[in-house]
Amino acid sequence: MELTLKEVQHVAVLARLRLTPEEEKQFTEQLGRILQYMEKLGQLDTSQVEPFDHAATSANAFRDDIVSNTPNPAAILANAPAKEQTFFRVPKIIE
Amino acid sequence: MSLYSLTLHDASEKLRKREISSQELIEAVFQRISDTDDDIRAYLTLCRDAALAQAKQADRRLQQESTSSPLLGIPIAVKDNFLIQGVRTTCASKILGDFIAPYDGSTVARLRSAGAVIIGKTNLDEFAMGSSAENSAFFSTRNPWNFDRVPGGSSGGSAAAVAADQCVAALGTDTGGSIRQPAAFCGIVGLKPTYGRVSRYGIIAFASSMDQVGPMTKDVRDCALLLEAISGHDQADATSVNRPVPKYSESLTGDIKSLRLGIPKEYFTTGLQPAVEQSIGAAIGQLEKSGAIIQEISLPHTEYAVAVYYIVATAEASSNLARYDGMRFGHRAAGKDLTETYMLSREEGFGPEVKRRIMLGTYALSAGYYDAYYLKAQRVRALIRRDFDEAFKHCDAIITPTSPTTAFKIGEKIQNPLEMYLSDICTISINLAGVPALSLPCGFDAGGLPIGMQIIGKHFDESTILRAAYAYEQQTHWHKKKPRLNQP
Repeated sequence: MELTLKEVQHVAVLARLRLTPEEEKQFTEQLGRILQYMEKLGQLDTSQVEPFDHAATSANAFRDDIVSNTPNPAAILANAPAKEQTFFRVPKIIE
Repeated sequence: MSLYSLTLHDASEKLRKREISSQELIEAVFQRISDTDDDIRAYLTLCRDAALAQAKQADRRLQQESTSSPLLGIPIAVKDNFLIQGVRTTCASKILGDFIAPYDGSTVARLRSAGAVIIGKTNLDEFAMGSSAENSAFFSTRNPWNFDRVPGGSSGGSAAAVAADQCVAALGTDTGGSIRQPAAFCGIVGLKPTYGRVSRYGIIAFASSMDQVGPMTKDVRDCALLLEAISGHDQADATSVNRPVPKYSESLTGDIKSLRLGIPKEYFTTGLQPAVEQSIGAAIGQLEKSGAIIQEISLPHTEYAVAVYYIVATAEASSNLARYDGMRFGHRAAGKDLTETYMLSREEGFGPEVKRRIMLGTYALSAGYYDAYYLKAQRVRALIRRDFDEAFKHCDAIITPTSPTTAFKIGEKIQNPLEMYLSDICTISINLAGVPALSLPCGFDAGGLPIGMQIIGKHFDESTILRAAYAYEQQTHWHKKKPRLNQP
């Protein structure tokens, strides 16, 4: 199956990645070759195989819902690209 | 012998007998780093002041405590995808270039309470995506055995630092071979534990169904000691498994009589460098001489592993890396609206390999392709795991090369992603199945580059692979060879 430039542009939007025209061209070619390689999985009949779930255990891990961390807003906000008082400053979301 | 070249167990013994102090040991290691790291470039960040303070504390504890952890006072390096409170943690990415970790990850916390001294953060492929450490956004690390060669990846900085005596031991992470392949390329011991054995809380996520933390050390005994210190259940990581941690060092008996070792024929078919094939053959002969029973086995779905891995790992990565949106932390670009801010921040922050994998993973999960790629890959993954379950009915451990070749040249594969992916052929099935595996030195090629042997075990049976590795190591001298660092 051939990967098209249009598909690459569509996937880039889904992934929230802006690509340059050169990157779009390069990815179309490179990802196309990688996907072609992956077609070898089609050689296997897996209709009777359950998909893999977990490597080491199949039981879910539960714990009591108790707050155990110490809030450290200063350390968290120190990494914020933009902040105001004790809030993250972000671009406007709703018109 | 210089202090910096001591193994963990030797250094620990000298510390206990008070022949040396932790402060002397730490100073010697920092001197070694300053003498050699302009060439090797293993470290992204050094924690000199904090390390010296920790060493002082360790020396006090060594005087007071009669029994203590073997890590007390030992200088350890960690890959720069481990969070250390108050320390820059970049994952070798521009998007986290200024990120200061707000808390300690669980493994770092375990190291601290054992009294280990964390001396710095080592280089890696950006977000641990790569097999050569060339994908770091900052610089490439060089192989201590030959500066024109890659150290392997993604834990290339940790492997090079151990090989060049720039630390006593190190930690890495392994999603598809990122501990074992650089260990092989740099001539050290590296172990990827069973999925669930070591907590990943406070490790920057890449592919959550495969990521594991593990030790990278100068010999097998060090590996057992470090694994013992970092293993165990952690409520903060829901995939962490609640099982007792064996005394791994007690499995180092040197006795492997009647141990059944399987040799999977699929790992010896094509593309093996002749020197690698010869060394592994000789190592198998040595194991047999020590009393192991060698038998040919089959892992029939091996040839599908690379395809499965690069679907599953990239799908998980595309989801994990969605958090880098420039809102609460990390790089933010100035866009005209929210969507453009996301897109520009990610364009500027991520390097080419990370973008390639996000694209591949997003494609594999996107509407219309999910069944054909992701679901198909998870079905074949179940077959790969079944291969191991079947094989382990007939043998106790499996022997393969760690990599089909020795360290390749810097720049050799970076333009050809598929070829780079195919170089992981010997290591990735292990992560897909979740079993543990170790790489240890078993020879050199004609150019003096190290060769690694991989020993794969059953789920949670790290003891057996350490026992086999130790028995082999006792009969050989490969692990004692040191690289010559004053290269022209």
